[in-house]
Amino acid sequence: MSANLLAIFYLISGVLFILALRGLSSPETSRQGNLYGIIGMAIAIGVTILSVGNFSTGFIFLLVFLLIGGSIGAFIAFKIPMTAMPELVAGFHSLVGLAAVFVAISAFLNPIAFNLGTPGNIKIASLIEMSLGASIGAITFTGSIIAFLKLRGIMSGSPITFVGQHYLNLVLGLALVALIVYLCRTQIDTFFWTIIIISFLVGILLIIPIGGADMPVVISMLNSYSGWAAAGIGFTLENTALIITGALVGSSGAILSYIMCKGMNRSFFNVILGGWGATDDKTKNASKEQKPVKNGNADDAAFLMKNASSVIIVPGYGMAVAQAQHALREMVDALKKNGVKVTYAIHPVAGRMPGHMNVLLAEANVPYDEVFELEEINNDFANCDVAYVIGANDVTNPVAKTDPQSPIYGMPILDVEKSKSVLFVKRSLSPGYAGIDNDLFYRDNTLMLFADAKKMTEDIIKNL
Amino acid sequence: MEIDPFIFRLSIFILSIFIGYYVVWSVTPSLHTPLMSVTNAISSVIIVGAIIAALAGDVEKIFDTANIYGYLAIILAAINIFGGFLVTQRMLAMYKKKKKDK
Repeated sequence: MSANLLAIFYLISGVLFILALRGLSSPETSRQGNLYGIIGMAIAIGVTILSVGNFSTGFIFLLVFLLIGGSIGAFIAFKIPMTAMPELVAGFHSLVGLAAVFVAISAFLNPIAFNLGTPGNIKIASLIEMSLGASIGAITFTGSIIAFLKLRGIMSGSPITFVGQHYLNLVLGLALVALIVYLCRTQIDTFFWTIIIISFLVGILLIIPIGGADMPVVISMLNSYSGWAAAGIGFTLENTALIITGALVGSSGAILSYIMCKGMNRSFFNVILGGWGATDDKTKNASKEQKPVKNGNADDAAFLMKNASSVIIVPGYGMAVAQAQHALREMVDALKKNGVKVTYAIHPVAGRMPGHMNVLLAEANVPYDEVFELEEINNDFANCDVAYVIGANDVTNPVAKTDPQSPIYGMPILDVEKSKSVLFVKRSLSPGYAGIDNDLFYRDNTLMLFADAKKMTEDIIKNL
Repeated sequence: MEIDPFIFRLSIFILSIFIGYYVVWSVTPSLHTPLMSVTNAISSVIIVGAIIAALAGDVEKIFDTANIYGYLAIILAAINIFGGFLVTQRMLAMYKKKKKDK
């Protein structure tokens, strides 16, 4: 196949990938978009195999490995519970990162195959591109592994910080730049391997200081990195499909990180440079004084909601942990039978990844046109009878609007306190991730329901 | 004076970033999780590099070090491609509109 024809096919798959993302602008077109993505991928793989044109033993192995990887992937895709989606995505990112590293290594060892020169005499531009691809890929790999371990709960979600951490990162970053310069000058392979090893280290160091609730930013950021790594390799291989895809994925992840940071009113650097957890001790001690809370049970909650004309549900990470989404939908069905109007309000950073709550509600068969984003629904709380907060905490804390001293001051929150009464399902009075007491607990119109989110919701159904 | 092909690729790259920027802003927030899984799947198009790496070189020596890295990358990318697209499909199939109440 001629190089020009090949380039045109890669361009077509690049365009199909753009259409795949475009499809996600609404749930109706999204399934077709995914199909475009699959076709684009099939074209890219097909023409690459044809262009290499080597149908010997190696080709058989290629198919075997493709099938092995494909079956593992398909198995995971069908088996994974929806609540485990954040760690799945983190895990997948790590694979893209490692694949980028392997391709870069392979190009470095055998540059002739990629038309980049001969070993020891690789084109400078290619060397820069492949070291950047390998470095970003390596950072994505170890960073995603740490994110995966934290999300899975294998590693503690609290930030790990030590003295001089930021300086160490700075030194390692400068070392990477220096090594790339030396690699280009001398072509010595030790420099190339050192770049990869240091990048692995940087990936770990970047993610360990970031706490659990900042994971939406981290996952988006790693998503972005995996894109830039692919683009770096795309330049090395002079492959349009990879360059287009890398740019798309890179900017997609960057936008998601931006949306998540805005949802917390924090700058990107603030999140990257470490979590809130380290400076929380003062706020925790300050709120030790006992304030009265109104304590309710499932019966009270059922009574309040049954007699309401409108109810807004505010789900959060706790709902995911308790797997309460199905029980929640049954409760809503029961309420609807009583003529209650029910909607759902989702905060941008609810859960552990962008859109986490939406997927869980969709899994429980909640129609997506009953689910609203913060800006769409925030004015409705004033006219709503009951707000049912299940597993959310910091995103409802009115302190964000009133207290400039508070670490979450300025963060957009759901105006839950404006509704006539608030039902707050929570296991205890303990503060949320930000380590700050929620003012909402002590309001007159708040009824605390101390229980597991799923159990409480099931009890309410019994009482309806 | 001829233009370096690198400049063409750089142009494609920069323009694609802009396309990505506008396309992704139009993605509805409720589909942000599928967006992440599908971008994950398509970034595995890096498999084309892995295929070239795996099949390159001497036909007799198919397990040269460079080839082995290629094969490993094929497995990793294939997990992502199949896993990413299928899990996206599974998620998207769950998004349903309200049924008309009688």
